[in-house]
Amino acid sequence: MKAFDYAAPRTESQVVDLLSPQAGHTEIIAGGTDLMGLMRSMVVRPDRVVNIMEVESLRELGPDDQGAIRIGAAVHLDELLSIPYLENYPALGQALRGMNSMQLQAQGTVGGDICVQPRCWFYRSGLSSLVDAQGVIEQGDHRNHAIFGNAGPAKFVSGSRLAPALIALEAEVRLLGPQPDEQRWIPLADLYRIPRLQGQRHTTLEAGQFVTHIRLPAVDLAQGGATSGAYEVRHGEGPDYPLAAAAVKLSFSGSTNGVATISDARVVLGQVAPTPWFSEEARRALIGRVVTPQIAEEAGEAAVLRATPLARNRAKVQHAKVAVKRAVLLAAGLETGGF
Amino acid sequence: MADIQYTWPSKEKASVLGHSVLRLDGLEKSVGAAKYTYDINLKNQLIAQALGSPYGHCKIKSIDIAPAMKVKGVVHVELLRKAGDELQWNGELIAMVAAESEGAAGEGVAALKVDYEVLPSFTHDENLEEAKKRKLTTKAGGKVELQNEPGDDDDEEEFEAAEIERLFKESVHVVEGYYGVDAIAHCCLEPHGSTVEWDGDKLKAYHSTQNVSGTDEGFATALNITSDDVEVECNFIGGGFGSKFAADYWSVAAARVSKETGRPVKFMLSRDQELKIAGNRPSGYINVRLGADKNGVVQIWDSHHWGTAGTKGRGVSQSVIPYVFRPKNFRRLATGVKTNTVGSRAWRAPNHPQACAMTQTAYDDLAAKMGVSSYDIFLRNLENISSRQTADVYRRELEIAAKLMDWKAKWHPHGKGEAQGSIVEGMGIALHEWGGVANNSSATIRIHPDGGVESFCGTQELGTGTRTACAMVVAETFGLAPTDIKVHIGNSKLPVSGASGGSTTIGAISESHRRASLNALAKLFESVAGKLSAKAEQLEAVGGVIRVQGDPAKSIGWREACGSLGLKPLEASASHKRGDKSSLSSEGVGGVQMAHVAVDRETGVVRMKKYVAVQDMGLVVNPVTAESQIYGAVIMGISYALYEHRLTDPATGAFINSEMADYKLPRIGDIGEIVVELFEPEDQRQRGVIGLGEPPVISPGAAISNAVANALGVRVPVLPLIPERVLDALKAGKA
Repeated sequence: MKAFDYAAPRTESQVVDLLSPQAGHTEIIAGGTDLMGLMRSMVVRPDRVVNIMEVESLRELGPDDQGAIRIGAAVHLDELLSIPYLENYPALGQALRGMNSMQLQAQGTVGGDICVQPRCWFYRSGLSSLVDAQGVIEQGDHRNHAIFGNAGPAKFVSGSRLAPALIALEAEVRLLGPQPDEQRWIPLADLYRIPRLQGQRHTTLEAGQFVTHIRLPAVDLAQGGATSGAYEVRHGEGPDYPLAAAAVKLSFSGSTNGVATISDARVVLGQVAPTPWFSEEARRALIGRVVTPQIAEEAGEAAVLRATPLARNRAKVQHAKVAVKRAVLLAAGLETGGF
Repeated sequence: MADIQYTWPSKEKASVLGHSVLRLDGLEKSVGAAKYTYDINLKNQLIAQALGSPYGHCKIKSIDIAPAMKVKGVVHVELLRKAGDELQWNGELIAMVAAESEGAAGEGVAALKVDYEVLPSFTHDENLEEAKKRKLTTKAGGKVELQNEPGDDDDEEEFEAAEIERLFKESVHVVEGYYGVDAIAHCCLEPHGSTVEWDGDKLKAYHSTQNVSGTDEGFATALNITSDDVEVECNFIGGGFGSKFAADYWSVAAARVSKETGRPVKFMLSRDQELKIAGNRPSGYINVRLGADKNGVVQIWDSHHWGTAGTKGRGVSQSVIPYVFRPKNFRRLATGVKTNTVGSRAWRAPNHPQACAMTQTAYDDLAAKMGVSSYDIFLRNLENISSRQTADVYRRELEIAAKLMDWKAKWHPHGKGEAQGSIVEGMGIALHEWGGVANNSSATIRIHPDGGVESFCGTQELGTGTRTACAMVVAETFGLAPTDIKVHIGNSKLPVSGASGGSTTIGAISESHRRASLNALAKLFESVAGKLSAKAEQLEAVGGVIRVQGDPAKSIGWREACGSLGLKPLEASASHKRGDKSSLSSEGVGGVQMAHVAVDRETGVVRMKKYVAVQDMGLVVNPVTAESQIYGAVIMGISYALYEHRLTDPATGAFINSEMADYKLPRIGDIGEIVVELFEPEDQRQRGVIGLGEPPVISPGAAISNAVANALGVRVPVLPLIPERVLDALKAGKA
């Protein structure tokens, strides 16, 4: 591990002050479950580490005036698991529980998860950068790499366990910086990008900017609002990274023979592309339909119709398909038929 | 002194042996007070870290250590390789950097400037054709055994080929199959390494080792000193599994750095280095054809297997093919595949788990082909076995396992189970054999005049409860409680005891401690006989007293008896030589295991439901730690059956999943229910103590593969049965 300066500011503006105007020189640490390993293996080598766990406002958790849920970036995953409002966001609860690790849930944070460094064993072992201009990944063992959004030099997969659910649920994030009072809310989906040039990261965060809060729009399931579900295909019980993941939000209107018809759907896949991945094809396969195992299957098939697997990662296509199918079934309160 | 009978008390008479005793060091371990090698930190020590080759095969063009020396806190850089050297595997260490802190050492390693010429590497051991094309194969032996012999005029090879074909023609059932098991890493949770310190010309090495008594020489030879100037200590170890017998070049290098800098040095491998270079188990892949009679008894076996144990090829020994089952007619051939991977090390029951997984799967496919229960096929083929256990014991163990699994009620023909959604279930069997002979071991017992008892032995606590077993044997002999005995092990200056490998420790320490304590007791009896107005040979030590046999009223308390020793403690020693006949220990165990799994056909994910392990081991010293050993072995077996393998990147030759996030191991929720049965009928107990560490880890690969095949109706040929392989097999099975 490289020697670094350590700072533990108390306010959001102090955090911004401590962030370097140059990318890569400063890292924010929250739970540290991922960053510490990357620093020890010298893949991430910051000059300064800023601990945000002592900033009170980043520990905020609860509804605002409009009934939206505000979640501070430094809120621990198990704190989020224990709030009563979670039942209105089944997809988020399912994603959180899917980690199956008390250690990760107790130590990890919401902000840490959505900003987590990508999954790519070439990057994490120092054999390639995130933007693999040399083609190391394409030539190599890329069984866990992207099946969508992989035409460019970035072939890693987004590692966030919560982003698919949060994006399906239309979460927004509050960014602060680079100026101490410069803040804005953006859809969480817009936090991610596929880097194309060396030095670019997997998020759109500028140097000197950081995520302070996540906001989930108000939902009231009891009032017939949208419902949601999330499913991860995991090799073992966890806390390993899933082979593929999907989260679905379904809105209903009217009915076909007394059964609710889907009026809109947000289908977001995880662990399959350099960003959380919207499936417009799956959305279209669901709109105007009533959820049945057959329709769920069709949504899964539609979701992977345009997948572009590399030579050695075809299993991920099947796993993505099953993840979408089972997330749809869970959202509709049906049995998945699998584990 | 009368002749001492070196025997065990009967089951009824034993007050300690055969009764579960919780680990005497359990509390220390569970509260973190136990000092493992990784916990040893000496005053003024330097921390060392090392740079390893990033590629499977490369040449060092140049090394510049100057930037590393400039890093604040770096004290010394030790070159292990030089410019021009060729590095044959990923992770091979190039240089060691010693610094004031872990951070500085890491930064120093990162600052080393090495230019490499990347050379072509080959790591894909399963691909025999490619290995042949690259001329990377070696002959690895073989054997043909046929009941009919060639005539005087016959060409031997031609006769064999014709005879084998004739036997296949005669066979009622013929199975052809491909099976395999990938290389895995030992993955010790405590990596290899040491903290070393010099006192003048004497070296003290706190070394994570399964070979306390035998590692001093390794250090001494490498450092050009003599073993009397080396002290090796290891009181607790976080896993070895056969990979921690040697001083290892990195620990020797740490000793050199320590000498050079005049300061203690701590060096432990990083996690990825631990997986990359500190031990792996050879892979094995096999093409099999077998022919059976109408009852499913195999009459002819014909196989060719290959695999890698590193740059020299080798692989799994042909001598254990087919495994346990040994038809009267067989031909087995082996080919080694040379790969750019570090040489393998002994892994828990060397050769056996792979042999079991490569061959008992074919026997299961015979059952599948015949549409009969694997239980019947395994039972019937017990008429032709090659094992250090008897067919009769296997039959009894099969019966017990079947009851514990409820085999008959749950069984269905392969692929014919009822699916629940996309989930299907299945069951499989495997059986194994092992030696478990008692290793060389010496022990000294000291009885103090105040009643205190100490034992001294240069064995080691491998996490298996050895310290507790030493105390139990002495306590049994003296009629005391295990907690009354102070056990000294884990240091090379203690009486020499063998390495803990080959399941030889429990026999070894049982022999030496029983003999030494019987010797000590005889002396004590001599000393107290007068007080009890009896002859020494009439006395017995039971329940904390020494008394006259048949006249329990004539007794004296242990402490008082020891008082008769006067001012000086009594000491007695004994040694056991490996291979010596003894009624205290013997060798040769069997064991039967059954797996019940569920498979999700849509995702290819396999989950354990239940696992039954029936294991014989002669006389059971400590049931609770024996059970622990078996639980651990089964979990390790589930791991290589379903989760872990070494993945090498075809482009760089790197061991690409060498971090724990990617090197999959099962978690507690992945292991299902494990049922352990210690098989100890009187005829087995009479055989004395036999080692147990290895045998129960042998069967899980085959048993789980067979259960998955039973569930799916198709074989997933190569372990581990990861989801993508299950999906591939299902796809191929449909085609």
